[in-house]
Amino acid sequence: MVTSLLVMKGIVKRFPGLLANDNIDFEVAPGEVHALLGENGAGKSTLMNILSGLYVPDAGEILLRGKRVTITSPKEAIELGIGMVHQHFMLIPAMTAAENIILGLRSPKEPWLGLAEAETRIRALSERYGLSVNPRTKVSELSVGEQQRVELLKALYRDADLLILDEPTAVLTPEEAESLFAIIHRLAGEGATVIFISHKLKEVMRISDRVTILRHGRIIGTVVTAEATSAQLATMMVGREVLFEAFPKSGGGSTVMAVKNVTYVTAEGKKALEGVSFDLRESEVVGIAGVDGNGQSQLARIVTGLLPPASGRIELLGQDMTGKTADCFIRAGVAHIPEDRNKMGLSGDMSIAENLVFKSIDQPPFSSLKGFRLHHAQVREHALKLAGEYDIRSAGVNTFCRNLSGGNRQKVILARELSQTPVVLVAVHPTRGLDVGATDFIHRQIIDARDSGCAVLLISSDLDEVLRLSDRILCIYEGKIMAELSGKEPDLERIGLLMAGKGAEE
Amino acid sequence: MKKIARASFFPVLAVMLALLIGAVLILIQGKNPVLAYGFLLQGALGNKGAIAETLVKATPLIFTGLAVTLAYRCGVFNIGAEGQLLLGALGATWAAIYLEVPAFLVLPVSLLAGFLAGGLWGAIPGYLKAKRGLNEIINTILLNYVAIQVVSYFVTGPMKEPPGYFPQSAQVPQAAWLDKILIGTRLHSGLILGLVFAAVVYYFLFHTTYGFSVRLVGTNRDAAEYGGINVPRNFVLAMLLSGGLAGLAGSVEILGVRHRLMNGIASGYGFDGIAVALLGNLHPVGVVIASVFFGVLRTGANTMQRAVGIPASVVGIIQALVIFFVVAAATLKDPSLLRLGRREKGEDKAC
Repeated sequence: MVTSLLVMKGIVKRFPGLLANDNIDFEVAPGEVHALLGENGAGKSTLMNILSGLYVPDAGEILLRGKRVTITSPKEAIELGIGMVHQHFMLIPAMTAAENIILGLRSPKEPWLGLAEAETRIRALSERYGLSVNPRTKVSELSVGEQQRVELLKALYRDADLLILDEPTAVLTPEEAESLFAIIHRLAGEGATVIFISHKLKEVMRISDRVTILRHGRIIGTVVTAEATSAQLATMMVGREVLFEAFPKSGGGSTVMAVKNVTYVTAEGKKALEGVSFDLRESEVVGIAGVDGNGQSQLARIVTGLLPPASGRIELLGQDMTGKTADCFIRAGVAHIPEDRNKMGLSGDMSIAENLVFKSIDQPPFSSLKGFRLHHAQVREHALKLAGEYDIRSAGVNTFCRNLSGGNRQKVILARELSQTPVVLVAVHPTRGLDVGATDFIHRQIIDARDSGCAVLLISSDLDEVLRLSDRILCIYEGKIMAELSGKEPDLERIGLLMAGKGAEE
Repeated sequence: MKKIARASFFPVLAVMLALLIGAVLILIQGKNPVLAYGFLLQGALGNKGAIAETLVKATPLIFTGLAVTLAYRCGVFNIGAEGQLLLGALGATWAAIYLEVPAFLVLPVSLLAGFLAGGLWGAIPGYLKAKRGLNEIINTILLNYVAIQVVSYFVTGPMKEPPGYFPQSAQVPQAAWLDKILIGTRLHSGLILGLVFAAVVYYFLFHTTYGFSVRLVGTNRDAAEYGGINVPRNFVLAMLLSGGLAGLAGSVEILGVRHRLMNGIASGYGFDGIAVALLGNLHPVGVVIASVFFGVLRTGANTMQRAVGIPASVVGIIQALVIFFVVAAATLKDPSLLRLGRREKGEDKAC
């Protein structure tokens, strides 16, 4: 009987308005590759951030090699041999690989840097684990895959033997991912233990010895990978709890927006979108189901004019809109509930009233003289009206938006976007992080907009939401639309598989 | 009323703390701080002449303070008011001396030339930020040095006064002078112009859609872009207007006080404009008040030095401390500024 390397017992972590980890029990055996599988927001990253000292749990205990430990900082985690490789690398581009690796460590021969000794040790580690990186190369000149290896070396250099990889393949090309898998095997072979966070079934099946599935902050189960099937894991991952009553579905009318063969390539040369085509029809909600980071952000920005596509066409009511500015899209009646409400949807240091009109400020009645003179009285009146209609709770419409709760902030955005009676509404994660009441309210508003003729594109990684609202569902994976399903009684298992990149051919 | 009290709390606190530490410095030199501050106030506000001189010093500060405020409201940190002021002085002097226009137009044309010269000088870093993403802080600072040399070139070369003994321009014609508004003092109508422009900037920022866009860009650039606002154009516009206001500071200094262009004419008004803007809570009304306060410090410093024997540079220290405390207060108001790194981490991992 092998004793566990790590046991996490009864871990609870709350964020304002969100129970991220709900009484989690998690156990890892030494030398295994253990995958943590779950949708976005399932609580994987939170759990691992607790383990690496970034968060302190509200309850629960951690046993490492049989001993009870408390980890309150990343430094302590490293001292215990826990190394985390974050999704977004924490490297300094202007410094070499070796300099990045020894950063923050005491040199054994202070005041000298001891770079030569460090390089020797790094080369030895590279050799042992198959992590080929030239320690003298500047990080800015390394590929993304190589930068990830530097992060791994950073952890190994600090004698970490429990490595946490947070969605390591998200930023990699398929080839780079292949070599990462080889490295992971090698690490496990050399006695290291790897926790691999992912939402891609294919990878999990391929690389892990065991899988633990999380959903809505709870553990669904732990299975031995070899004994499980993709379909089984998909169902466990997606699951479904019916929280809300369903809405009647709509058949949709004539085409309002047509997205034709849209492709987008990121600055790093990764294909974020590939040949995406679909129609949005009058009085219809089209849901894009998919795990975050599969091209949804780019898609939302492209169909609202914030990002020009690399190729393809966007048509609105038969007119070509490709390459037009965001302003043109707004004027043409495309409303947008953006992905990040705080960063994009609102200006926290402006009032509710001002935030409610910032897209229409140059039009009467908010301004006159061809949009020169601002009319505060009308702006205020408009705000009072919308605050009532959309139940925006605040100390008054002159309150700065940064003083509002998440739900009220989202209602401000919703009110602004829907009060313009849009032709198309692009709603991205419209209820992320909101409580049940606000979520239901926002869902109802979206359905009301649909029923009055608006074409809605709903982009969400919350499958419950997609299922509840959508009349048609498109599954997106790695920038490609995998399949289209009807919103009426869709096949859940199939959606789960499609979202995780499996089963498009079936 | 409550709003005013809230807005002035931190600036007043900052000034108090700065004066307190200034008092300690005076004590260390073995002098009486109460006496020293008394002479400072007397020198700045003791009689009609002193008050006039304080307001003369406050006048260019109103313009540079407004300049920094306007740019800052658009999220652009203009450290180049000093250089824009010099270019404005150059432009106004040049127009007053060399442009042949009817006498009644000389003054307005000179002011306009000063506004344009400063504005175009400011638009350079604005354009570079908008189109090339270059840091405006560095560019505005560097352009200050270029401006100093440009003025130096003109006053020793093309615009040197006819006999040619001193590195200075000829006197601008009387028609271009700003009228004295208090007999027997140097106080001129530039002060009134400053107050008018404070009102104009206030109206622009808070009562026009252009000002609304500027503030939206300044408070959240991403939201502005999402709202269909042309962000780069706003950067250029804000820096053009900001530079223009700083250029007017130089113009009124020439047309109201000096009447000719020479080296060293900016005398720190551009840099103090940053302090004035911050102390004035980035609001035109606050800017006017803060300008008068800095005028008091500038004018009273010499009296204090003469009477008590404390170097006038103590006042420089007090000014620096005021800025220090105002900035510190900004982090008190928004504690997240202190832990930017942690907050960002927390935000994207929370969900």
